[in-house]
Amino acid sequence: MTTPATQAKLWYAQRISAMVLAACVVAHLAIIVYATRRGLTGADILARTRGNAGIAAFYAAFVVACAVHAPIGLRTVAQEWLRWRGGALDAACGAFAFAILVAGLRAVWAVSVS
Amino acid sequence: MRGDSRSFAALGMPARWRSRAHPAWWAFVVHRVSGLLLAAFLPLHFWALGTALGGAPALDRFLRFAEHPAVRVAEWGLVVLLALHLAGGTRLLLIEFGPWRGLRKDWIAGSVGAAALVGLVYALALV
Repeated sequence: MTTPATQAKLWYAQRISAMVLAACVVAHLAIIVYATRRGLTGADILARTRGNAGIAAFYAAFVVACAVHAPIGLRTVAQEWLRWRGGALDAACGAFAFAILVAGLRAVWAVSVS
Repeated sequence: MRGDSRSFAALGMPARWRSRAHPAWWAFVVHRVSGLLLAAFLPLHFWALGTALGGAPALDRFLRFAEHPAVRVAEWGLVVLLALHLAGGTRLLLIEFGPWRGLRKDWIAGSVGAAALVGLVYALALV
């Protein structure tokens, strides 16, 4: 059973991450359109991203916000639509958050550092 | 149709579905379904970007796969889902944290319009 205090913290974490994501997604959509219009190759993309600390910081923040936002949203959907509650759901959402965080930061590393 | 209880009954639908005639219900469904699909896509997206660990040739192999027409359509769909989730989420944040009231119907229309605009811009970039 999640305490009201924990529910309130999750609610705020969901909203604050949403505010970060709103800014990130606007920039990401602009980058997607730019890269698509230019028909960038893998080498073109990596030439722009590798060694670029701004890109790395931006996408790292984007990944962290995703890792907070998506699992809390999935948890709510599982509770409301699947009637799934309890420790197993919290563990599953925690595992998803960790997986998203690791895979996302690995992807940021791949395009901006390695 | 205004969706009062009698007309719902006449259509054989339970009266408790009456709220589903409101655009806010559909905004909720679109926000939730787009969120679910985007969450499912995230691991795939990160895996694809992780191919850059193998250098530009590895990333190019993935980009060539992404040029397949069916993949392009899926990418377009994902961009539209992202735009819908962004626009719908911004509306919710404005309702919850902003000083405005009555942001329901007109902002729902605005959200759909913004997502449609992003979809058109991305479609033009693809062709």
